[in-house]
Amino acid sequence: MTVSHEPLMRIVKRGESPFKLKLLVRLAAVLLALIVDALFIYFVTGLDPLAVYTTMFQGTFSTPMRFSWAMRDLASLLLIGIALAPAFKMRFWNIGAEGQVLMGALATAAVMVFYGGKVPNAILYAAMLVAAVFAGALWGFIPGWFKARLGTNETLFTLMMNYVAIQLVACCVNIWRGQASGLGKLNMKTKAGWFPQLFGQRYNINLMITVLLVVLMYCYLRYSKQGYEIAVVGESENTARYAGINVGKVIIRTMILSGALCGLTGFLIVGGRDQTISTTTAGGNGFTAIIVAWLAKFNTFYMALISFLLIFLEKGAGEIASAYNLNDFASDIIAGIILFFILGSEFFINYKPIFRTGRHETINKEVA
Amino acid sequence: MDTLIAWILRAIPFGTIIMYGALGEIITEKSGNLNLGVPGIMYLGGFAGFASAYLYENSVAEPNMVFCVVLALFCAFVAAMFGGLIYSFLTISLRANQNVTGLALTTFGMGVANFFGVFILDGRTATQSLVYKTFQTKIPVLSGMGVIGQTVFGYGFMVYAAIVLAIILHHVLSHTRTGLNLRAIGENPATADAAGISVTRYKYLATCLGAGISGLGGLYYVLDYNQGIWATTGQIEALGWLAVALVIFTTWKPLNAIWGSYLFGMLYWLYQFLPTLIGFSVPGYITDLIQMVPYLVTIAVLIITSLRKKREDQPPASLGLAYFREER
Repeated sequence: MTVSHEPLMRIVKRGESPFKLKLLVRLAAVLLALIVDALFIYFVTGLDPLAVYTTMFQGTFSTPMRFSWAMRDLASLLLIGIALAPAFKMRFWNIGAEGQVLMGALATAAVMVFYGGKVPNAILYAAMLVAAVFAGALWGFIPGWFKARLGTNETLFTLMMNYVAIQLVACCVNIWRGQASGLGKLNMKTKAGWFPQLFGQRYNINLMITVLLVVLMYCYLRYSKQGYEIAVVGESENTARYAGINVGKVIIRTMILSGALCGLTGFLIVGGRDQTISTTTAGGNGFTAIIVAWLAKFNTFYMALISFLLIFLEKGAGEIASAYNLNDFASDIIAGIILFFILGSEFFINYKPIFRTGRHETINKEVA
Repeated sequence: MDTLIAWILRAIPFGTIIMYGALGEIITEKSGNLNLGVPGIMYLGGFAGFASAYLYENSVAEPNMVFCVVLALFCAFVAAMFGGLIYSFLTISLRANQNVTGLALTTFGMGVANFFGVFILDGRTATQSLVYKTFQTKIPVLSGMGVIGQTVFGYGFMVYAAIVLAIILHHVLSHTRTGLNLRAIGENPATADAAGISVTRYKYLATCLGAGISGLGGLYYVLDYNQGIWATTGQIEALGWLAVALVIFTTWKPLNAIWGSYLFGMLYWLYQFLPTLIGFSVPGYITDLIQMVPYLVTIAVLIITSLRKKREDQPPASLGLAYFREER
């Protein structure tokens, strides 16, 4: 008689998972993460986790001002996520959003510094926009071109480009600030290049452009020919080549688009939010947005949801910090744990564990 | 001449930080795991090492410094391995995306270190562990012998330990069956699996040990390079990314990490010593540009290796991909 050596547990890949399962698994993951976070809060600080979570809520929702700030930061994060979506769908690991945003911001700031007050406002805005989009696109094009032509590893290339951009910004800030200790707001007197208030809200322009791009990018990826080409290249480069798609061209085109949108984000951050530039203008959002884009599986509407969750956490942790005399690094830990759980939960959506049932042994016995 | 010596005395300790980071990451990447959590792991290691030493010093009347060093090394290694374990579980067992998991780990590690760091700081902006004096103990007699003694023997023991570690890793990777198996997994896990190598076990071990070694870089930064001073900064993060860059620069070979890391150290401090060396002062914005050089060099290496397509200089073929046996 042959004894079958079936492992205790094996895993098989699922086909398309039903929507209900996806939702259930993700909700469970977030819930579990919140429980782990609560335990962490309780054991480290001795505070009542429920009270802490309530305080957290206030970080975003206590006053209209807070909500406006949260929306402002949401717009920046979500825009970068949208910019990364086409690149990631193509399985091009663009870790360089931070640098691409900074280059866009730098170009915007440069136009503001050199032409602010010298040309009519409409032309100034246009010049800022064009310069930012071009600078961002260039920063995306360089690693894209090398990937398409030479197969240079894009993860590491784009990562390094971030630091080149950071040093460039540091250099320009150093020149522009002159003898002053900091750069301060650009064009403080003339306010040239500052976005006007729309409907009484300072950040409305940024928000509206973000909402518009959520819809546009969704349609681009879902319904356009180029979006389809991106999906095919992402699934399998060989398939794409066999189908007659010019893979190199798609890679370069998509990276220009991704970089250009990051540049646009830099333009919105400098013109509509900060009115100044520093090496922390992108503020790590370029990295966080990668997580946003990946978790949402490139669906821009899910991206909005996940960005909101992350911003909510960040604001909440800041609130906890001031209310309980902690520090806001708590938000990194809490966000980290939630991300780990969501990342881990993907497994249960894509794979199905099958445990040893013992049925095989009985079959073998019958055969024997 | 004095400038050159001062430059070397800066560059070698700096290089040692990222050498640990890179050596750990080389092992990790050889198993096919691209762990972008190196900065977070270095934070975990640096903080755990510092915290254990600091708490021990302040709880005992007459602390034994040798014990303190061992304790710090142990805690740093374990804490960093814990970071590696989270990464391994998510990417190897649960097959989560490696890049995203690594970035999340960086966020997490930085958060943990700085969050608990604030408790130890207790309102101060910085605090110091005195164990750094033991870490910085130079080699007696030899370090007193003129210029050569100063530049070759004038560092703490971890500088030499890093070199020894690099040589050991080179030997293990190139001349032992374990190393061969590990490289096979990084190149083609399905083939390695078919040959009877336990892919999962190797990946776990390589990633966790690699993380532990990377964590020692964080420890070295805090307790030796930074003279035992803990303060809330983003400095370790930049060092972590530089370590990732160094891995590429070495083309995944531990021996190259020795000179590569010192070269990076020289390049990193170029902005401070070059002006004095060539004899005229340079405005501040030029130094910002000079600080770009290590990254530009890394990009150049990246391009050149992909241009030459020399087989032994390429990244492990399965780098960044999760292995699932039942997938073709």
